[in-house]
Amino acid sequence: MALETRPPMSPEADPQAVALLAGLALLSAVVLVWRGPGASPRAPLVLQGAALSGLVLLAGLVDRDPRVVIAALLAFVLKAVVLPALVDRGGDAVGPGRPVDRGRSPARSLLLVAGLVVLGYVVARPLGAIVPGPAGRAVAAGMALLLVGFLLLVTGDRVRAQLVGFLTLDNGISTTALLAAGGVPLVVEIGVSLDLLLVVLVLRVLAERVTLAFGGSDPGSVRELREVRD
Amino acid sequence: MSATLAGGTVAVVQVVLAVVAAPLLLGVVRQVRAVLEGRAGAGVLQPWRDLRKLCAKETLQAAGTTPVQWLAPGAVLVTGVMLAALVPTVATAGIARLPADLFVVVSVLLVGTVALGLLGLDAGTAFGGMGSSRHLTIAALVEPTVLLAVYALSVPVGSTSLGLIVAGRAADPSRVVAPAGVLAVVALAVAVIAETARLPVDNPATHLELTMVHEAMVLESSGRDLAALELGSWLRLSVLLALVANLVLPWGVAMHVTAGALALGVVAVVAKTCLLGAVLGAVEVFLAKVRLFRVPDLLTGSFVLAFLAVTGSFVIG
Repeated sequence: MALETRPPMSPEADPQAVALLAGLALLSAVVLVWRGPGASPRAPLVLQGAALSGLVLLAGLVDRDPRVVIAALLAFVLKAVVLPALVDRGGDAVGPGRPVDRGRSPARSLLLVAGLVVLGYVVARPLGAIVPGPAGRAVAAGMALLLVGFLLLVTGDRVRAQLVGFLTLDNGISTTALLAAGGVPLVVEIGVSLDLLLVVLVLRVLAERVTLAFGGSDPGSVRELREVRD
Repeated sequence: MSATLAGGTVAVVQVVLAVVAAPLLLGVVRQVRAVLEGRAGAGVLQPWRDLRKLCAKETLQAAGTTPVQWLAPGAVLVTGVMLAALVPTVATAGIARLPADLFVVVSVLLVGTVALGLLGLDAGTAFGGMGSSRHLTIAALVEPTVLLAVYALSVPVGSTSLGLIVAGRAADPSRVVAPAGVLAVVALAVAVIAETARLPVDNPATHLELTMVHEAMVLESSGRDLAALELGSWLRLSVLLALVANLVLPWGVAMHVTAGALALGVVAVVAKTCLLGAVLGAVEVFLAKVRLFRVPDLLTGSFVLAFLAVTGSFVIG
């Protein structure tokens, strides 16, 4: 398969559908912040992955390119089914004696999100101006999603929260790439997806071992170094 | 028919409908909840029976209370009636001299809220003061959300008149599913739930000291005063629910003032609002009241949604 670059998403794509899917992806990130690290991130992540693969599918249907439709199906399986399930499993399970509610208010993070979204819109402005059609307007949502992903990644103190941030960040990059440049070639897409899967699996295993050794993956509760013996 | 006369007709129809139907809507919400919880329920007409009973009772006022004790229930009732006249529930044409402008509607809401808060303070009891304090805290967080959410809805129309917003959505249904519109409606729905003291912000079915908000403020009222307070807050709930229903399903709202269109508008808004009320009652079965200190998180979330809706409606469309 040649590593050709595809043209940006055709301007004929339904602007309402593009805006709705990009908006849904961004909304799911806001919901992730709103619910805080204590709640299960599965449903918002599924929504995010489904919205992203919906955008890819839309691009494929508009261009009548079967390869893009296949990429959309792959993206759906990976980002809306496999990865959310992996992130949500085990690891940070709430065990006995572990406070369920950490009592930290999401209000401050939410206001930060509002600021980041505006920043994303401003940053994406010159980019949106050169991309024709509805994709040019929706690229702002992709950029905002990317920045919210950074926030989740930076503020998450447990492995699961960081994985959620990482996935959101990656979804933001994919959304921006898809909307601004018609996405990356299929080979690269598959490579990046495998990378992503590997990162999640490795972090998952690491989290299991850290949890076994220290009784939790929260660095705030870790006070001493311990050797893990196999 | 002249514009003033048409606007007056619409206002009269809306007020009469709201006053007749608001207690029935409450009955529907309570009945749905009762049936889902496995109880028989008191029937849809029970709120009306309660009002009749309260009006027949002697109105008592505690010693040391001021005229606020009888002025505030009147203010709450009058603001409820004004809301019913202003908000486009049956038809989009309002009174020409009093525009159904977003800012007018929010100020009318606020007048009722402040009157209720003063009433809670007036008797000088501990519960009333606690209720007022909580009520005004919530109001301070809710009003900006309502303003922002309706502002986001007004961007595609280019006017802050609620009538034009609803008419614009009916004319162009694709606006109903536009991301900014969806976000704004969700934010508005959360704000309406907080404003009308429903679950999960306040539990209207309990008099538990530690949690009650609305019930704490009306503890000292009785008889006609209590009837006015109850009807006023029910009017508020029904009109705001009807507004949300008209924003989500803008079809059937009368665009022209003719007898047929108005009749259709009445039927449509009753059906839509009853549906929304039944959904509200069903959802409340599954909700528990959130801790008071968690309420600001909920409302900040809805504020951020409204903010995203405003920015998104300019950028993404």
